[in-house]
Order: sequence, then C-alpha cells, then structure tokens
Amino acid sequence: MIWQLVTPLLILGVVLFALLRGVEVFDALIAGARDGLNVLLRIVPALVPLLAAVTMLRASGFLNAFSELCRPAFQWLGIPPECAPLLVVRPFSGSGALAVGIDLMQTHGVDSLVGRTAAVMLGSTETTFYAVSVICGAAGVGRTRYIIPAALLADFAGYISASMAVRWLFT
Amino acid sequence: MAMSVLLAVFMLCAVIFSIFHGTTAEMSAGLLGGAKDAVSLVLSMAGVVCLWCGVVEVMRRAGLMEKLADVLRLPIGALFPESKKDASLRGDIAASVSANLLGLGNAATPLSIRAAARLHDISGRTGEASDSVCALIILGSCSIQIIPATIAAARASQGAASPFDILPAVWIATVAGCASGIVSGQLLKRVWK
Repeated sequence: MIWQLVTPLLILGVVLFALLRGVEVFDALIAGARDGLNVLLRIVPALVPLLAAVTMLRASGFLNAFSELCRPAFQWLGIPPECAPLLVVRPFSGSGALAVGIDLMQTHGVDSLVGRTAAVMLGSTETTFYAVSVICGAAGVGRTRYIIPAALLADFAGYISASMAVRWLFT
Repeated sequence: MAMSVLLAVFMLCAVIFSIFHGTTAEMSAGLLGGAKDAVSLVLSMAGVVCLWCGVVEVMRRAGLMEKLADVLRLPIGALFPESKKDASLRGDIAASVSANLLGLGNAATPLSIRAAARLHDISGRTGEASDSVCALIILGSCSIQIIPATIAAARASQGAASPFDILPAVWIATVAGCASGIVSGQLLKRVWK
C-alpha cells in the first residue's frame, strides 16, 4: 500500500530538507520530543478520571444501551451507531473524546470498522466549543453570531464523511 | 466547570444504570481498570508522540511553516477580502493556518488568536464578530492537521497493524468538514443579522 510509505518518506524528506538548510536535526528532534513529553504529562491527569468514567459507562452497559437507542437515526445517516457516544463528547472535551475513542478501539477492535471510524473522526474534527471559546475570548470577540452553528455543521459533515470514507476504503 | 459536569454526568449515568441492570461489580471494576489503563495507554503512546513532535520541531526550524504560508497567500486573499490590501494581516492568517496544518499545537493557538484579533480590530466592530472573523474562527474550529499523530499513536498503542493507514480517510473527512464549515459560514452570513 502506498500510504505505508507516506510517513517514513515524509520524515526522511523533512530530515534531508532540514540538513540541506543547515539545521541541527538531532538537536531539533530532541527538543521537540521534550515538548511531546510535556504534552503527554498534561494529558495524563485529565485522562485518568475520564477513562475511569468511560470504562464505568462501558462496563455498566450504558454505552451499549445508548448506542442501541441511537441506532435507527445513525444507520439512516450512515454513521456506525457504536460511535454515538463519541459524537456527544467530541465538541466539549478533547481528552474525554480520546477516552471514548480508546474505549471503542478496545471494545470493537482497533482495525474494525468502528475502531477505524472512531480514529478518523478524532483525527478530522476539533474540540469545537473549546477552540471557539479560547480564540474568541483571547481576541476580544463577544458576540459569536453564527460561528457555533457553522462549526457544528462542519463537525457533523466531518462525522458523516469519516464514516463514508472508512467504509469505502476498508470494506 | 464544563469538564466537572461532564465527569459527574458520566459517573451518575454509570452508577444508576448499573444498579438497574445488575452490573455493579463490572462497573466498579471498570472505575479502577480505566484509571490504570489511562497511564499505561499514555506510556505506550509516548514514543510515537515524542518522535512526531521532534519531526515537527525540525520542520519549524527548517522554515517549512513560512514556505507553506507563502503558498497559502493566494487562497487566503480570496477567503478574506480585507487581507488583499494588508500584506502583514495576510501573513498572520497564513501563519496561523499553516501552523494548524502542520500540527504545531503550541504555536498554532497563539497565532490563531493573533490573526483573529487583528481581523477583529480591522472590522471596527465592538464585541461582535464580523463575517471574516467568523470565517477564520470556523476554520480554526475545524481540524486541518495533515498528520494526526496523537490518533496514530493511540492506534499504535492498541496494536493496529498499520497505525497510519487511516490517513487518506482522515484527509477526506477533513476536507469535507472544512468545506462544509466555509460553505455554511457563507450561507449563514446572509441570513444572520
């Protein structure tokens, strides 16, 4: 498959390009990796209570019942009903959505249709309410007019096309 | 606050549901199991995330962000008419978009805020977002990251055969999401006063 070469070639290309421009590549790699560790350190404390809560929801049977409740509407839209909890959490909390996504990968299999769709949804959408409130707050924008409805429509289109793309490419 | 409510709702639903469905033992084991999994999960993601953050730093030091920003000037001029006359404003918007494309998490947010603040100042409105500000923030709330490394790391930690094989699907969904965001912004600005 061609995209198995994408990441190695991309990294190799970046390294060669940077070398030609006289960048100390190894120093930069180490500095970036240290940033990465800081990112992870910030994620862990949030992920512990969130993954605990999501695992409780899964084990209690609530998530299955919720997905079943959403099944008719989701099937009509072409979205796997199992992904319903992810859609609810995604706009509000990035680490919460990661916790739900991990749970879906564990429960249904990381390379299953549901596991892949969850990953694609996570990779192609943002924590909308958080992003909008941070940027508007810092930029001094008070009334956001139609920003939230348009951003949620964009998310919704992202969910539907993520489901379609995974179905086309992996079945 | 929002996070506290979210967590409380999750736990409340789990406890009440488990009492009615006789799954209290599993639910209670899930609480501790989830907490334990969270740490091992992040540990198993650490390698991929650190490697990718290193590559992103190499890109930044090699000036790739500026190169990408140059390419983006044309489409940005089309989407934000007021940036056509103002080269430095267009530069700010291009910088924020290219930082988001490359997934420069730490750099992207301040750049987006800077671009939004400058667009907002130029609009001369107090408090209310102009159409251009709306378009920029809608775009900022769509994930336009080309390589979603955290998700690939999560897939790798769960034993995916090929963690990055979701890339083409992510790109399709990203383009569709952004296009819908831009189009719905253009449609809504006609009806929203």
